[in-house]
Formats: sequence, structure tokens, C-alpha cells
Amino acid sequence: MNGDGKKFTKIDIITRPESFDALKDALNAIGITGMTVSNVLGCGMQKGYKEYYRGSEVEINLRPKVKVEVVVCEVPVDKVIDAALKTLRTGKVGDGKIFVSELSNVFKIRTGEEGWAALQDIE
Amino acid sequence: MNGTDSVFVFLSTVLVFIMTPALALFYGGMVRSKNVLSTSMHTYAMFAIVSVQWVAVGYSLSFGATNGGMLGGLIGDFQNAFMNGVGFDPSPLYATTIPHSLFFMFQLMFAIITPALISGGFAERIKFSSFIVFIVAWCFLVYDPIAHWVWASNGWLYKLGALDFAGGNVVHISSGVTALVAAIVIGKRKNKAAARPHNIPLSILGVGILVLGWYGFNAGSALGFNAVAMNAFVTTSLAAACGMIGWTAFEWIRTKKPTVLGAVSGVVAGLVAITPGAGFVGVPSSMVIGLLGGAICYFAVTTLKKKFGYDDALDAFGCHGVGGTVGGLSVGLFATLSVNSAGANGLFFGGGFTLLGKQAIAIVVTYALAGIVSFVLLKVIDKVMGLRSSEESEAVGLDISDHGEEAYSGMAS
Repeated sequence: MNGDGKKFTKIDIITRPESFDALKDALNAIGITGMTVSNVLGCGMQKGYKEYYRGSEVEINLRPKVKVEVVVCEVPVDKVIDAALKTLRTGKVGDGKIFVSELSNVFKIRTGEEGWAALQDIE
Repeated sequence: MNGTDSVFVFLSTVLVFIMTPALALFYGGMVRSKNVLSTSMHTYAMFAIVSVQWVAVGYSLSFGATNGGMLGGLIGDFQNAFMNGVGFDPSPLYATTIPHSLFFMFQLMFAIITPALISGGFAERIKFSSFIVFIVAWCFLVYDPIAHWVWASNGWLYKLGALDFAGGNVVHISSGVTALVAAIVIGKRKNKAAARPHNIPLSILGVGILVLGWYGFNAGSALGFNAVAMNAFVTTSLAAACGMIGWTAFEWIRTKKPTVLGAVSGVVAGLVAITPGAGFVGVPSSMVIGLLGGAICYFAVTTLKKKFGYDDALDAFGCHGVGGTVGGLSVGLFATLSVNSAGANGLFFGGGFTLLGKQAIAIVVTYALAGIVSFVLLKVIDKVMGLRSSEESEAVGLDISDHGEEAYSGMAS
């Protein structure tokens, strides 16, 4: 069982929490209606910062980020990537990463549909 | 000296103190989790800063009046600076049945909570250093003069006969109007649409404790254990209850949901509205005032704020400025000599428009002084040191950027 021969792509976007609303609007604008969002902690090139608790210094290098997971079939992957890059790029360290990967199948739990049909927003 | 009065005012004083930590909880719950420490600090810092200012000269500038004050009586003089002449013996001018030092402490608690209320207007986006400079200047240029005008024995609003039992003008209108001006001068929060309260139970607990403190705030303002004090105790409680009913009723009708944060905000609105009249109006009147306070503040924080588009983040103007105005005018309508012989009769109690006119003058004067002085101060501070946090600080949150701490540390450990 492998969908219906279509290609499904999962796009993970990890970025600044304050940019999330703009990203959501940009994705909606190109027809992405479903997404999964989590608050995550992460580190990359962006340096950490120091916190102080009752005067004692604590080095923090994990910063709060938001992770947006989107699976597309019809919407071209390039369009999603373009929208995300355009919306999220500030040019400063800490803008985040986009990971693109291929999926083998998709199921919709309510109806049992799979593949392309499982991704359609039909009541 | 009267022992009963003294014990009563002492208890009232410690009750008013607890309004400051209660306000930190109320405000802290309403901001995003990245700003809860910053917001709490805006309130707690007042305990430290205003205490020192009050001992040094604040009390004297507000209440020092035996020699007629300075600038033709527009402000007190330095006769009580560093508590000179303020000891266990009663003051010759104020609260003559309790220790002068107790009156000093009671008034200190008011001076602390008032600037703390302002912080609701510029929450989540003000630089901590600029905040401190602004507040210190504000105490000298706004709080001390208004307290003098309204409460000092030679204050001109006091002599005019405008009534302000526990601080409708001095505490609530002055802080509310300042918050509005500050919200406009500093500008809206970035990403304001996404800002939601991060911990409503914290705010609910804060309001519960605020009610407790307010009993001391209003009843204690009689400065003795007497019929006026107990009248204020009852009117305060009833106005708080009816404030909740007023707010919730309109909210329920309009948006179909009686929210809990709305209900407790209604309690605050009712309390603010009864503050100027607690010792001048009867119990039935206090219930009407509470209902009006709750209902009108509800419209202020929903409709009025949306219409004009200012970002009074925690509704300091919507609750305290508007509620204080409703309360001050209500005194002109509902005050009666049968409750307090030192008061006056309002419009509905055979006094005609005289008192209402005086109340309106006091309110307009408070709006003008707080509004104009705060505007100039904020503009000057903005020029000299910058008022607003950098975009990056605001995005990360003021807890980390200004204070180097997180309220709820990121990773479970």
C-alpha cells in the first residue's frame, strides 16, 4: 500500500516564535489549510544568553522556537518554501531552518481515506 | 489619641499594602509568559522607590501644610522632610486621633499602589531604566501635587468642596489617564493581536486579594473606627459585587459568554467606582455605582479601546481612569449628609448641581495635570534615553532582555 502513486512531501519549518503569525498568514494565502505547530527549544549558530537567579549566572543556549509541520500534495513544494523564506528571513542569525522530506502515505482517521483523498479538506 | 482608631487604621494600612503584590498577580497573569517578571517588577519596584521618595520629601510635599505650603499653596513644603515632626503624637491637621507616623504609613501605601497601576498601560514594551526615571519624576510632578490639592488641609480642591473619599482622583484617575497617555506615546505592542493572558488563575487570585486590600483602602480612609468607616466597608463590598454583575451581564448579552477574566475585571471596576464615594453614599447608591462602574468599564475596554486603537495593554485607563470618572461624578449624584456630615448632598439627595459641578472640576483638573505632565515627561525621556524596548528585546520578552530571568524555565529538569 503506497498512497495512490502521488508524492507527499513533509515540510518542517523551525523559526522564531514572533514570526509565526506572519508565516501562518503566508501559508494560508497559498492554500495551505492544515498544519501542526509546536513550541520547541533549539540551538544552532545563534549564541545563547545568560540568565541570573539570585545573582548566580546560568548559561542558556537553547532558545524558544516554533516548529510548523506541513504536508503537501497538490501545492508545489517550491511555493511553500518561497513563502516561508520570504516571510521568515530577517538576515540575522536565528531565523531558523526548513527541512523537506518525502512521505510514503497519509491516512485520514475519521474516514479511513488514504493518499491524496486524505489530504482534502472536505467536511 | 484613640486606641481603637489606631488599631483600626493600623490594620487598614497593612491591608492596603497587600494590594501591591495582589496587583502584581493580577497584571502578571494578563501578560505573555515572557513578560510576567517584568510586569511584576513594575509593581514591586514601587514598594522600593516610592517608600524612599515618600520618607525623603513625598509626604511633606503632599501633606506639609501647617505653614501654608509652597507656590501659594499649590504644593506642600519641606517641613516634614525625612519625617521631621512625624512621630507617635498625632498630626495637628490630619487624623488627630491616631499616631502621625501611622497616618504617614497609611498614605505611603496609597502612594505605592498608584504608580504601580500605571504600568498596565505600557506593559510588555517599556525599557526598565526609562520606567524608573519616569515613575520617580511622576511622583514629584503628578502624585504629590494632586494628593496635596485633594487631601491637604490647604489644598484648593479640598477647600473648593470637591469630595474624594479614598482616592478616585488621586489614585485612579491620575494613574488611569497617565496610562492612556503612556500607551499612546510609547505605541502599540508588536504582534499585539497574538498577545493573550498567559495565566488567568493568577489574575483571578490577584483580584481576590485586591478586594481584601480594598476593604482597608476604603474603610480605613475614615481614619477612625466609626460609622463612616463601617459605611465605607459595606458600600465597598456591595459595589465590588455589583461591578461583577454589571460587567458580566453586558458581556453575556453581547458576546454570549460570561468570561471569568471579565467577571473579575468587573469587580475591579466596581471597586474603583466606589472609591471616591465609599464614605459619602449609602448602600443602595453604592450598588447602582457598582453596576454602572462594571458596565461602563466593560464598554471602555472593548468598544472605546477598539474605536480609538490605543494599546492600553492591561486596561489601566479602561478600569481606573474610566471607573474613577464614573465614581467621581456619582458622588455628585448620590452623596448624602445622612451618611457623612462632613460631606454634602448630591443631585439626587436635594443638593442640586453644586456638588456635581465641583466633582466635574476636580476630575477635569486631574485629567489635565496627569495628562499634560505625563505627556511632556514621556516625550523628554524618549528623547534623552529612549522609552521603548528594542524590537529584539520585545520579541524575546522583557524578562530575559531586561532582567536576565525566565519565569518558567524552558526545559524540564
